[in-house]
Amino acid sequence: MVVVARPTYLEGMMSDIRAEIAGGQAGTGEAGFGDYVQLLKPRVMSLVVFTALVGLLVAPVRLHPIEALAAIIFIALGAGASGALNMWWDADIDRLMKRTAKRPIPAGSIAPGEALGLGVALSGISVIMLGLAANWLAAGLLAFTIFFYAVVYTMWLKRSTPQNIVIGGAAGAFPPMIGWVVATGSVSLEAVLMFALIFMWTPPHFWALALFMNSDYSKAKVPMLTVTHGRRVTRAHIIAYTLALVPVAIGAGLTGIGGPVYLAVAVVLNAVFVLGAWRIWHRTEEAAGTDGYRVEKRFFTFSLAYLFCHFAAFLIEATPWAAALRAQFSFWGA
Amino acid sequence: MMAITREHELHKRRLGRNIGVSVVLLAFIFLVFGLTIAKVQRGGSVEAFDHTYRPGIDPAVRPLIGSGE
Repeated sequence: MVVVARPTYLEGMMSDIRAEIAGGQAGTGEAGFGDYVQLLKPRVMSLVVFTALVGLLVAPVRLHPIEALAAIIFIALGAGASGALNMWWDADIDRLMKRTAKRPIPAGSIAPGEALGLGVALSGISVIMLGLAANWLAAGLLAFTIFFYAVVYTMWLKRSTPQNIVIGGAAGAFPPMIGWVVATGSVSLEAVLMFALIFMWTPPHFWALALFMNSDYSKAKVPMLTVTHGRRVTRAHIIAYTLALVPVAIGAGLTGIGGPVYLAVAVVLNAVFVLGAWRIWHRTEEAAGTDGYRVEKRFFTFSLAYLFCHFAAFLIEATPWAAALRAQFSFWGA
Repeated sequence: MMAITREHELHKRRLGRNIGVSVVLLAFIFLVFGLTIAKVQRGGSVEAFDHTYRPGIDPAVRPLIGSGE
């Protein structure tokens, strides 16, 4: 006869406490500070900070360093707020995808309501503070960006159309424009081109990811192009959008924020990017499956360097050394 | 004794979060303070509201100052 000892009330209580201490349960409020940082999507935030900073530094108006620092912090906070709202809304599908299953809400460390509260509060704080620190046009653009990412992309487009990341990409493209508006107080051609560069870059970047992460999106029933139209059509879309990106990237080099250094960098990067997209277009599924989507993964990694190097080149063009070089050319020197 | 140990661990865990929040709030205070200093240093418009009559900014008097009368 097997005797199973029933746990006493005290043992049960201790077991609950142990579980709480060990991992943190949903809604217990036992999340660590790092969990809240994760909720703000720090990796996306770093890209936002970098591009917004470039937009601010390449503008022809100099700001007080403290004002510039405050503006960047509030733009980053706004991006973090939209990240928290995105995680709150998408908690159900994040649970299903390998890539997102460890996020704070599906992992159980932060309650959904807490993420919503933090997202709404940080949205309000970031927009009002940016308005006070810089100007209200920049604050309005930040508010629109948060709305676009949290409502238009996350709640509406993401689960309803394969064009989700094409239109939704606008949210990620606004930061350099906001940085420019913080410094100048208005939108100009240069700001629009920096926006367009990220906007046109987003589809090939995400579709390359979708090619080798397709099972994740299928499982969560997210209608990525790879799920709704298949990989063949996605490959064709990648080359089409990459070709459309080239004139935008090169065109920015002919404006006030461009110059010979930027143009040289852009020509090389775009040639490599088009070559990569061309290879992806010509690949069969058999070949991709055999080498574990090596070309697609390399294209995805290169796409990150592509964007970083373009914005780094804008930054180089804003230095006195590059200005002196630019003056040697009649096109930019005039 | 056991209960105290458990509670201590729990409090320690919360301490990390509380310190994090404190650091963020302090940073926010310093940022707003710095921002205020930067704005005041730059603020030419503040001059118009210092409750002191300044002939230099009085539209009625300014032309007379310019003409040397």
